[in-house]
Amino acid sequence: MSGTDNEFAASLSEAVRQHIEDATGIDGLQRLSGGASQETWAFDATTSKGAPVPLILRRAPGGTRAEKTTAVALETEAVLIELAEEAGIPVPKVRHVLTPEDGVGQGFIMNRLTGETIARKILRDEEYAETRPKLARQCGEILARLHRIDKERLPALRTADAKEEIRQYHAALRDHGHPHPVFELAFRWLEDNLPAGDTGLTLVHGDFRNGNLMIGADGVRGVLDWELAHVGDPMEDLGWICVNSWRFGNIDQPVGGFGVREDMFAGYEAVSGQPVDPERVKFWEVLGTLKWGIMCTGMVAAFKSGLDPSVERATIGRRSSETEIDLLRLLAPRI
Amino acid sequence: MQDQPTSAELVGAVADFIRTHAMPQLKGHAAFHARVAANALDIVKRELEIAPEANTEEHERLKALLGADGSLDDLNRELCTRIYAGELTLDTEGLKDHLWATTLAKLAIDQPKYSGYRRALEEESGGK
Repeated sequence: MSGTDNEFAASLSEAVRQHIEDATGIDGLQRLSGGASQETWAFDATTSKGAPVPLILRRAPGGTRAEKTTAVALETEAVLIELAEEAGIPVPKVRHVLTPEDGVGQGFIMNRLTGETIARKILRDEEYAETRPKLARQCGEILARLHRIDKERLPALRTADAKEEIRQYHAALRDHGHPHPVFELAFRWLEDNLPAGDTGLTLVHGDFRNGNLMIGADGVRGVLDWELAHVGDPMEDLGWICVNSWRFGNIDQPVGGFGVREDMFAGYEAVSGQPVDPERVKFWEVLGTLKWGIMCTGMVAAFKSGLDPSVERATIGRRSSETEIDLLRLLAPRI
Repeated sequence: MQDQPTSAELVGAVADFIRTHAMPQLKGHAAFHARVAANALDIVKRELEIAPEANTEEHERLKALLGADGSLDDLNRELCTRIYAGELTLDTEGLKDHLWATTLAKLAIDQPKYSGYRRALEEESGGK
């Protein structure tokens, strides 16, 4: 470890001693993943009374995060997770939101859940064979609870309905500059097929999909990664989890590669008491597919600018064509 | 005219070297990135093999569809403008076939194992 890393570990250890009950220090600090918008660290709090407490630190890269327009601040994420817990949604409990006095940067400490988040394992491993058939309905139930969280209690979040999402992503595509006729076809279709009627705007998770769900033998144990949360059309979340990219090869299981829409809708309707309009969900699946395609083209900009010159980043740009064939299958089927 | 082996064969040999010889000696992130690098070379190899003919065909279709001449890039931009403006729609003779042919050629290069592509090929052969 470098000097800076030692300093970070010492500050974290001190913050844990002060804010986690009975904690005496930390052990086994390990960086799990590094996104552009956050770092995730796993560690145990050692305690004076018994077993160590498994914890996670989510913090801004290098401690601080530049303001971005779409991602919510980590402090906001912590508030959303607490509200979700009150609403009966499985989430990792937030143990401490970092303050400047902690000297660890911006972020929060939460419980470390046990389970699996790697989509392909969840979809292929024998261990989850009996769990998979339950997941689509559970996802529907969870989303219904999420969408009825009292808006008055939400922290400040951006508001983006269908029109606003379309406007933002069309602008992003124009900025990128490369021509994508299939994406233009999708924009034309979306503008011509804006959902009629108002479902009201609610809290939307924004990235509710296989990969951001902690799964155990009993089903969904934790809804993770709240950084794209916003206020919008609740059907956005139901459409997003059906985007083919999140089925990880299981094309005939539209909900996350593990289930069918009917099960998700049944779970949603049972909790919310509101009927789900499949056409409205399809609209959001089309928009979700297009959004992921445009996000892939955005990776090209990060690569070409030198911000992230990695081969991995470069090749993601070549995945936007996957969403083009999905869009054609949705909007211009040949059979 | 260049000598043998072809550029596609050279790239294929490098991808094979990474997979067969380099990757087994790497661990963790390095092994992961080596796999991604080999996959990137596969894309290049397929593009060298497929793109020349596919791009020529795409160019011809665009000229017919738009009744205009210009570079592949220019014509694609023109197509984008007309589709978004609603001047060309899925009911326009040739548009749907053009978008499918172009997209299938992209996937044959970028991600021939992608589920949506494989399903589209099955539908194509089953539908005829």
